[in-house]
Amino acid sequence: MWTIYLNVVLQGVMTGLIYGLMALGLSVIFGVVRVVNFAHGEFAVVAMYAAFVLFKIYGLDPLIAMAPIALAFFAIGFILQMGLVNSFVGRAEHEQFILLVGLAIILINAVLMIFGPDAQPVNLPYAFDSYLIGPLIIDKVRVYAAIAAVAVSAGLFAFFRHTRTGTAIRACADNLVGAAVIGLNVKRLYALTFGLGLACVGAAGALMETIADAAPSLGPAYTLLAFTIVIVGGLGSMSGALVGGVLIGVSEALAGFLIAPSMKSMFSFALLIAVLVLRPQGLMGRRVA
Amino acid sequence: MTSKNRGGLSRRHLLGGAAAATALLATPSIVRAQPKVLKVGVALPRSGYLAAAGQACYRGAEIAPKVLADYGYAVELMHVDTESNVDIARNQAERVIAEGAQCIVGAFQSGATLAIAQVCEQRQVPLCINVAAAPQITEQGYKYLVRNFQTGGQLAANGLRLIKDVMAATNVEFKNAVFTYANDTFGTSQAKAIDKHFPAANLPFKIEESIAYDPRAQDLSVEVTKIRAINPDLVMVVTRASDAIKLIRDMVRQRFEPKAIISPGSPGLYDEEFYQALGPLADYSVINVPWVNPKAKMTEAVAAAFKPAFPKRRFAVEGFNVGFTFEAMLIAADGFKRAGTADGPELMKAIRATDLAEHVMIGGPIQFDDTGQNNNIGSAVLQNRDRTPTVVLPESAATMKPVLPMPPWKGRT
Repeated sequence: MWTIYLNVVLQGVMTGLIYGLMALGLSVIFGVVRVVNFAHGEFAVVAMYAAFVLFKIYGLDPLIAMAPIALAFFAIGFILQMGLVNSFVGRAEHEQFILLVGLAIILINAVLMIFGPDAQPVNLPYAFDSYLIGPLIIDKVRVYAAIAAVAVSAGLFAFFRHTRTGTAIRACADNLVGAAVIGLNVKRLYALTFGLGLACVGAAGALMETIADAAPSLGPAYTLLAFTIVIVGGLGSMSGALVGGVLIGVSEALAGFLIAPSMKSMFSFALLIAVLVLRPQGLMGRRVA
Repeated sequence: MTSKNRGGLSRRHLLGGAAAATALLATPSIVRAQPKVLKVGVALPRSGYLAAAGQACYRGAEIAPKVLADYGYAVELMHVDTESNVDIARNQAERVIAEGAQCIVGAFQSGATLAIAQVCEQRQVPLCINVAAAPQITEQGYKYLVRNFQTGGQLAANGLRLIKDVMAATNVEFKNAVFTYANDTFGTSQAKAIDKHFPAANLPFKIEESIAYDPRAQDLSVEVTKIRAINPDLVMVVTRASDAIKLIRDMVRQRFEPKAIISPGSPGLYDEEFYQALGPLADYSVINVPWVNPKAKMTEAVAAAFKPAFPKRRFAVEGFNVGFTFEAMLIAADGFKRAGTADGPELMKAIRATDLAEHVMIGGPIQFDDTGQNNNIGSAVLQNRDRTPTVVLPESAATMKPVLPMPPWKGRT
């Protein structure tokens, strides 16, 4: 029986890593720009459709398509921040909220108009394959997607840690006034950050398309999921997003197996409430004085 | 008291006589004004979350005028979209009646059908239900509706009963089963019906566990792991197409091979979306549902009209929605022909007295009981073969023999 439990935990970890990558984008944007992207899940769905289209037209595997999609999403994020969101930075939170919810509605309806309401799968040649390791059975697509999610996250961590631009962005996040005083172009750095956040969600969306079928109705659910993860992990904390993703993935999988599959989401919200009560700043978040 | 015109022709008499004569002369023209074509409002969910099924029903309605004309019936369609929304369904029914619809066909969704039934009752316009399983539709005393579709209880009871027939026809025994269902409105009501009818079905196996799942979940890997841990011979499912895809996909990934996957009365396993996503892995699943009789003459006529009208669609896959919607049109047209009028009460009386031996769905003649329910609709056992739902039982309608246990997932082409 323990092998079944181990199998369930492994599935949860792998799904959680992809969740984590998606939430990472949200956390990065909030951590630096201090704007909550309420269109985050909708961007993930658009990325899923982009992966679907690239597969349909060019036969491109979403694991490969992930790179051009992330690049395109980076550009979209950069332009969006420069052209639209920058003017909302520092404005009342409800104004930011309306702007991004409006954007989310536009995105999801555009997808609905173009692709219709039906789910769009990518039929990969290895979609039904699995690895048999002793008594454990692990889906091939989930393994590949989890590895890719870890690689992208590691790349992002390295960028923020080891590049001058990454350090500058972190400086903006830590001390905005100080960053402006030493001559950093804050608006440009904000745009870069928003671009990086959307690149994360673009990559996560492409990976998600390998394990789930693209459908417009997924948008709000993914936004909610990303929020749950970053609040559990700590809003603004990059490592927290990954930890939160894995935690939510595993807890959902275990709750589904041990209690009832239809209560999976309820369990992740219970976890969210517990974190909010016991550690409001999130598991890896910094306490604000 | 005297009368000035006693015995003579007064102006009042003259006017009265003229009016009577005019009325007498006008009577034949009123009779002549009875419509020759029945205007049918077709209310279906052509957009929204039920759009795929609604569009299939729409195709059934679209081909009806041509096919029915060959049988001597005349109908004209007035389409409205209920948008998979109960309130919109009510408004659209009001609108189409105001625009001249003399009868309504629809509405695929039970909630929408109930809303339209209220409008039809108020306006005295007959409603011919194509697909809607909620039992209360025919239990609330509505006078202006008929339902040519099984109730949820009938779907489940027939679906379970046919499992026994499948076992007998294939010599396969199931020792245990797991029942898994979507926890949406349809799924939970079907689960209740299965719980209720399972003891009476007297099946020689027990249901080890019932597993409800969220149909919006992005995968069903945990659910399948749970099923795999029980390792049942039979997996009974109540699904829609998108979650049926996830279920089979995760079964294949987890190398779980039950003897059979049977749906006792739900869609999902025979949708085009299911075949497109799974290819050969969609084959050998079994579905016990009402279906078109492939050997009926009228079915051949419907299939022949369907092909040129919708060359990209397969009648063999859409038989359920197309067949029931066509039959609803047939019932309305036949009632109109016998009534000789589109007057609501007269037309409804004729529709309630329907007795159609020739039709397209498997089952006995179309007749309605006092509540407006047709209890003669049969269920068939379909098995997916070469990505097509194929009637394998009852033998009178079967075009192939059932194959169980299912062949292994690996090696299917």
